[in-house]
Amino acid sequence: MDKQRRKFLKIAGASVVAGIGAPAVIRLTSNSALASEHGTAAEHEEAPAAGHGQASGHAEEAPQGVRLGMVIDLRRMNENPELLDGAVAACIAAHNIPEFPAEKIKQEVKWIWKAPFESVFTDHSVHHAAGKIKNFPAVALCNHCDDPPCVRACPTQATFRNKLNGIVAMDFHRCIGCRFCMAACPYGARSFNWQDPRPYVKKYNKDFPTRMRGVVEKCNFCGERLALGLEPACVESCKGTGAMTFGDLNDPNSEVRKVLDKEFTIQRKPTLGTKPSVFYIV
Amino acid sequence: MIEKTLKGKPAYWIWLAFLGMFMAIGAACYVRQYNFGLGMTGMSRDVSWGLYISQFTFLVGVAAGGVMLVLPYYIHNYKEFGRITILGEFLAIGAIVMCLLFIMADLGQPMRALNVILHPTPNSMLFYDAIVLNGYLFLNVLCGWVILTAEKKQVKPPKWIYFFVYLSIPFAISIHTVTAMLYCGLPGRHFWLSAIIAPRFLASAFAAGPALIVIACLVLKRVAGFDAGRKAMDKLVTIIIYAALLNMFFVGLEFFVGYYSNIPGHKHALEYLFFGLEHHGHMYNNLVPFMWAFVILAFGSIALLATPAARKKNDFLLGLGCTGLFLAFWLDKGIGFVLAGFVPTPLHEITEYIPTANELGITIGVWATGFMVVTLLYKTAIGVEHEIEG
Repeated sequence: MDKQRRKFLKIAGASVVAGIGAPAVIRLTSNSALASEHGTAAEHEEAPAAGHGQASGHAEEAPQGVRLGMVIDLRRMNENPELLDGAVAACIAAHNIPEFPAEKIKQEVKWIWKAPFESVFTDHSVHHAAGKIKNFPAVALCNHCDDPPCVRACPTQATFRNKLNGIVAMDFHRCIGCRFCMAACPYGARSFNWQDPRPYVKKYNKDFPTRMRGVVEKCNFCGERLALGLEPACVESCKGTGAMTFGDLNDPNSEVRKVLDKEFTIQRKPTLGTKPSVFYIV
Repeated sequence: MIEKTLKGKPAYWIWLAFLGMFMAIGAACYVRQYNFGLGMTGMSRDVSWGLYISQFTFLVGVAAGGVMLVLPYYIHNYKEFGRITILGEFLAIGAIVMCLLFIMADLGQPMRALNVILHPTPNSMLFYDAIVLNGYLFLNVLCGWVILTAEKKQVKPPKWIYFFVYLSIPFAISIHTVTAMLYCGLPGRHFWLSAIIAPRFLASAFAAGPALIVIACLVLKRVAGFDAGRKAMDKLVTIIIYAALLNMFFVGLEFFVGYYSNIPGHKHALEYLFFGLEHHGHMYNNLVPFMWAFVILAFGSIALLATPAARKKNDFLLGLGCTGLFLAFWLDKGIGFVLAGFVPTPLHEITEYIPTANELGITIGVWATGFMVVTLLYKTAIGVEHEIEG
């Protein structure tokens, strides 16, 4: 079963990459090769080469250059605090994330959440920015690192980096619950199911599995929605505001790259060499 | 040889019953945890490893400590250790059994533990840890049993066993090195991110392991009429003192790097451990008493053991010194090291960890199981010694 599931996940990822899905995906990646509806395999392969600026001598290789990423504009979030709350709520609804009462806060499960700027960007000084920046609401989520320490640590490959799109994904059915990945993640992006989460899922979404106790979970960049041609739930919830932009970081024509080319962005703890795929505009 | 465990004085049976009681409590607590999940413990999203993993880390050291008997005896032909080398090997077995039990107790999905072997992942340090721990367990069972059997038959051990004896030496080093690598290769956990962790682990292991063997020898002398020999004990204490001093030196170096470089990330955990860390107007310091107890016990015990009068003539003071040192390094590695690595969290918040009663029950149960294994193995070994002597 495990093998089949993983195969499915990979196919799901691949379909995102290859643009087999609905037009939304095509728009997300906004790459001519990927977008072409009748695109042949040969056309698909050109995209990563362009993205990486590599020689085209490896045209036979499957596309490896897609790296999904996100830009979060904290200015927009700050102007309109409802955006952030809406994104968090959308994620909770999409992924059957349990909501624990205050006395069980230590067992909290969170994929995307609100935190003060100084907590999210621990490497940035807020010394002279006391009032303004210090309590500036920022948002934390899995960075889908290009070189993820959690994947390195996992003893069963239950967490793995999908080579086809760069998503760091979880196989809930393989995870043994050793929590090595939680110690390894420098962003505190991972949660563990300390008990059966199901009684605390407020509204059950049948399109996404609930988890059992004893496994780790985290943001999956909505791989299941991407496979259907939908944007990630958080991104969709702030549609039209420019607060969150999602797409292929390696595609110079993607929307996310256009934002990155225009704005000055920062990443969380870049000195650790994890190469986060989530960027922030402050 | 196992039949030796079936005959004993009342005190022996009372001791086994005493351990059995704690094992039963531990088992009952584990059933509760298994049915509910690890939410029965004090661990949290922020402090995701607790007592189980810290005990595991400490006990890997106790297991590795056995090599301080094996190495002098087999490599340097230090004959005085002839009688007690088997105690080192059997202690290692008990310690590894505890390590494996603690790992199992800590898994969220224990029924999937074999995934580590079914989906081998060479980039994970836990994969290597599983290999070296089980390998070391196998080597000690094999070497201990073959050599004891030979002793019982009063023949020389077969030549082939020496290959495995020698192999067990690098394995002993490797179990603690790989255990250190579980921690010291993680980006963003500054307290653990230190190249000195493996040597520091080994130093405290080579003090704590042999210290427990000295205590065991003193107990066996009283209750089982087993005399390890003054000279062997004295040599063992010398090893303990040097290893303990080395550990304290390494702890001092961590302080130097943190405080002289003045990099906050390198100081936070040390501050939290020894002085308390203030955050948003709240002082977090629940490990401070443990850590100062560690420092005082460690230096006090080293001083006591280094005093010839105490070490050579007084069994009580010798036992006190070794117990103090064992406790000190348990506080250092079995409490402080693992827990402080989670402070502060990656988002620079502080969550403190307090184990629950159920968690303590499981922990005590595992320790009792380890002591049971060691007791039965020691009973066998000493039974054989008595048989050939008398």
